[in-house]
Amino acid sequence: MAIRIQSSEEMVTVYIIGDIDHHTAKEMREEIDATVERLKPKLLILDFKDVTFMDSSGIGLIMGRYRLMNLLDGEIRVANVSSQLKKVMRLAGLDRLAVIDNGGRS
Amino acid sequence: MMKYINEIKLQFPSKSTNEGFARVAIAAFASQLDPTVDEISDIKTAVSEAVTNCIVHAYRESLGTVYIFAGITGDGVLRVRIRDKGVGIDDIKQAMEPMYTTCRNEERAGLGFAVMQMFMDKITVRSSPGKGTTVAMEKKIQSRGTE
Repeated sequence: MAIRIQSSEEMVTVYIIGDIDHHTAKEMREEIDATVERLKPKLLILDFKDVTFMDSSGIGLIMGRYRLMNLLDGEIRVANVSSQLKKVMRLAGLDRLAVIDNGGRS
Repeated sequence: MMKYINEIKLQFPSKSTNEGFARVAIAAFASQLDPTVDEISDIKTAVSEAVTNCIVHAYRESLGTVYIFAGITGDGVLRVRIRDKGVGIDDIKQAMEPMYTTCRNEERAGLGFAVMQMFMDKITVRSSPGKGTTVAMEKKIQSRGTE
């Protein structure tokens, strides 16, 4: 399984594991959306600590979840993003869109 | 004609499972230039974007073959050429604009070419509508070895 989901009352945390590309993103997105639509949390956290690779498909994944959380009047936060990942996110203007939480990593 | 001290060719069907294989194979080939972890990551990301374009756009309605050539020169430059015989691109300039995408509802961010440009030193795109597209990229690897 490429993601692990932890949920409490108003918050869903998704730990993404492994490579995010066009091939793997589809399944991740379906699974995250099913959980979010069921629980309708106020806050969704996408944790990238265990992501080993990400291309622009990961950006699509974040942008899509951002839109979904907007629809639900919720918030999204992105945690533990590596410097490489951050470069790609900046390209998409995502450093303004979602809160980038360093989670102790530089 | 460019002289390479080593070169490889790969070809595979445009199945999305092969995206991971392609970027890891090219990264493994490039590793003989002793790249840094960041350089390996740059190469993997750029190759992943180009191969994904073949699968998502070039062979959108069909299964085709993706052709990759990679070569390294004596002065430590990696060249990668990724070619398809798919639908081609009508307007290359527009296709390369950041955030431009023809697949919005599939959550494609429209950043493929922007990422390739960002992570490689040079990228050239040639395309004929109906015939296919070739993306050529190069990156100079700053060897970690002390000289």
